[in-house]
Amino acid sequence: MSLRSPLGKVRGLGSAKEGVIHWWAQRMTAVALIPLLIWFVASIAAMAGADYGAFREWIATPVVSVLLVLMTIAVFHHAQLGLQVVLEDYVHTEWLKIAAIALVKFAAIGLAIASIFSIVKIALG
Amino acid sequence: MASQNRPLSPHLQVYKPQLTSVMSIMHRATGIALAVGTLLLVFWLIAAATGERTFGDIQAFNASLIGKLLLFGWSFALFYHLCNGIRHLFWDAGKGFGLEAAYRNGRLVVVASIALTVLSWVWGYASMGAL
Repeated sequence: MSLRSPLGKVRGLGSAKEGVIHWWAQRMTAVALIPLLIWFVASIAAMAGADYGAFREWIATPVVSVLLVLMTIAVFHHAQLGLQVVLEDYVHTEWLKIAAIALVKFAAIGLAIASIFSIVKIALG
Repeated sequence: MASQNRPLSPHLQVYKPQLTSVMSIMHRATGIALAVGTLLLVFWLIAAATGERTFGDIQAFNASLIGKLLLFGWSFALFYHLCNGIRHLFWDAGKGFGLEAAYRNGRLVVVASIALTVLSWVWGYASMGAL
């Protein structure tokens, strides 16, 4: 007995051999974000009202720079994985769906690089 | 293709909203809102790297009424998505999935995310010396 659907057979679409990679990456980034976001929000709350110099000094602290880069990577990876699922669920015009997902992925990469570059620039003074 | 016109399930409009279903939709909605909110985070970091004047502009926006409302909304969205995300991770491990448990941990998530939002804003205003 074949486990493939009749439609899948007709279209010739087989397994992409990727299995649960997308699902697993969403969970792993979620787990990583639990401590990172609690740390980030607590830090921002503790520094509310601080001036420009104080913020830059904080970002430039090595531990903070590294944690911010880790948070940036996890946030944008998690966000684009999530938005991809939303688009796959609600956009039913094939080309529009593919275009929207591609746009989301490009934007996530661009925004992540912009954040990391800014953090590194501040850190290296 | 004829199949394009088939009604798609589920018909949300025929269901009475329940805590579990509303919370599920909220998880998606807050996730989308947070993805948009990353723009402010990125602008804030770029401004900090650019210079004092640009940073001052974005801080002034954050301190404005619309800025504060957006930040408040995003902080609640963050805590909600975080707490409900932990609930999802427990579900993935096969725990807390029973009907009663799902309602119990659902209510816990709502209470925790409101409490954490209030706590973080009180903390923020306290560190500004405004309290």
